[in-house]
Amino acid sequence: MNYYLSEELNDIKELCAEIALKYILPVRAELDEENRFPREIIKVMADSDLCGIYIPEEFGGSAEMFGGGSMALTVATEELSKACGGVAVSYAANALGAMPILISGSEEQKKKYLPDLASGKHLAAFALTESEAGSDAGRVKTKAVKDGDSYVLNGTKQWITNGGEAQIYTVIAQTDPSRGARGLSAFIVEEGTPGFSYGKKEDKMGIRASSTMELIFEDCRIPASNLIAREGHGFLVAMKTLNKSRPGVAAQAVGIAQGALDEAAKYASERVQFGQRIDSFQGIQFMLADMATQVEAARALVYGVSKMIDSDARKYEKESAMAKVFASDVAMKVTTDAVQILGGYGYMKEYPVEKMMRDAKITQIYEGTNQIQRSVIASALIKETAARGK
Amino acid sequence: MRIVVAVKQVPDTAEVRIDEERGTLIREGIPSILNPFDEYALEEAMKWRDELGGTVTVITMGPPQAEAVLREAVSMGADEAVLLSDRAFAGADTWATSHTLAKAVEKMGDVDIVMTGKQAIDGDTAQTGPSIAASLDWPQITFVGFVQELNQDSIVAERYVEGGCEVIRSSLPVVITVLKDANIPRLPSLRGKMKSRKIEIPVWGREDLELPEDEVGLDGSPTRVVSITTPEIISNGEIHHGDSEYLAKLLVDSLLGSEVT
Repeated sequence: MNYYLSEELNDIKELCAEIALKYILPVRAELDEENRFPREIIKVMADSDLCGIYIPEEFGGSAEMFGGGSMALTVATEELSKACGGVAVSYAANALGAMPILISGSEEQKKKYLPDLASGKHLAAFALTESEAGSDAGRVKTKAVKDGDSYVLNGTKQWITNGGEAQIYTVIAQTDPSRGARGLSAFIVEEGTPGFSYGKKEDKMGIRASSTMELIFEDCRIPASNLIAREGHGFLVAMKTLNKSRPGVAAQAVGIAQGALDEAAKYASERVQFGQRIDSFQGIQFMLADMATQVEAARALVYGVSKMIDSDARKYEKESAMAKVFASDVAMKVTTDAVQILGGYGYMKEYPVEKMMRDAKITQIYEGTNQIQRSVIASALIKETAARGK
Repeated sequence: MRIVVAVKQVPDTAEVRIDEERGTLIREGIPSILNPFDEYALEEAMKWRDELGGTVTVITMGPPQAEAVLREAVSMGADEAVLLSDRAFAGADTWATSHTLAKAVEKMGDVDIVMTGKQAIDGDTAQTGPSIAASLDWPQITFVGFVQELNQDSIVAERYVEGGCEVIRSSLPVVITVLKDANIPRLPSLRGKMKSRKIEIPVWGREDLELPEDEVGLDGSPTRVVSITTPEIISNGEIHHGDSEYLAKLLVDSLLGSEVT
């Protein structure tokens, strides 16, 4: 479907497609096999000005040129994900890490941190999850205790995307354990701060080009000025961040699905069985037709919510959750069907679709499981219904 | 440092066919691209500009649509672009083309280096670079695979020739032609793409360059392409079957019997 994107958004699309072709496709299987972070590809993206597309001009970015930044990020992430979901998330996770500063940071914090993120000199990561605090984010145990002009952090964060690669971490920690979710606060921690170290690098099922690590804080002392917003606002900052970043996961899912659909359609046009191309069989045709329709519907939802965000909508958590749920479920289904269409070849690592299927799975899990997303959608629906009843 | 990069719009040779009757290239429906060797020249120019400061100006001579490759160069980071276009330039051979390009470089003034690809992938003459130098009466270093040093007064470059490498020092101004060994051309940037749409590209014609009619285009060209044909491919290949011992003997015998030395 032609969305008549602006020239500027098309620039992003073209550039990401060129990067995918020249830099990602030749190495994606290798990155997957070796569990290797695509540092050199991120550098190419930085040199092409892609790291600042969601950051305002006054902080070194170019978000205004694209009418906001959400569509820009969506278009870029989708295009990169067609080639490799792992490289794409390594890029997009920077936006997730920067989002707390962008949304709730002080002017000083924005001036200090955003320009280097916009230029790609620094990478960012967002650290919320812990071993016992996943969907139930209120159970975060990492503590931050105020001590004069500092906070002292203790605890361990788990499964942090871009961990070990990023220089700037936005960390959610407990400042008042008695208040649960309302006792959480958000902080900026720089790489190299004494007491801050990395734990193990995870060996994952998919998106293996991305780095997923533990962050360990042991009496890690940071300036009090690194507190984002106010004490007790951490949960709110985290939720606002995730509402805004979920279309990114959805865009990743759409890209992975589109990549798998393209492979399946191409294979079906070349593979001959029973003396004819297999795309001449209705059984394959109907599968491809459904896959294409689902991908297009998912894209429509993602673009829809990204445009809402760029239009400064006040509330979009329901739509953001819908886009994430739908697109990630589509990605799982479409990649599974792509493997099916390629048959035995699809199951082999020589062909890219088995990787796409492995990459797709995480989109149903991270930045809020799809079950949590459905709860978000339902609770918004119930509230809306109640409001209408009054 | 002011660097001029002379580029050419060429047909994507992977797609080109020849009209045997007319002896010309069939260009209809063939996508045009920036001559790949010129991308290395452009990258080399931008690399040194980024280090030393200054500007990179791209120029090309061609029909109005050749502007597309100038915009592409700007999207990759060139600062300025000039199109040399005039009906009078049509039919120029390498002498007339380089003479026209050289006049444009003179008109710009204060140019330190002209860089260009070692050759264009359509004509394959590798004459335009050296001929620009001749026309300007500047020194030249052709087939440059690596630039060791560059400053306001001089350049030291490695010239890759068959079986060796010449290290040449030259004063500026100078013309160099660049090999693909020199660098990896960068991709366009978003800012570059935006600039490339907005930038005004001046068009200079024969009169702007104060060139007499008999020094440009077909009239100014001492050479003519008389005909172009696709060489007939003569294939003398033989295919033999058998076990490896037999095949090895056959191969050795035939090599010994042939005039291959």
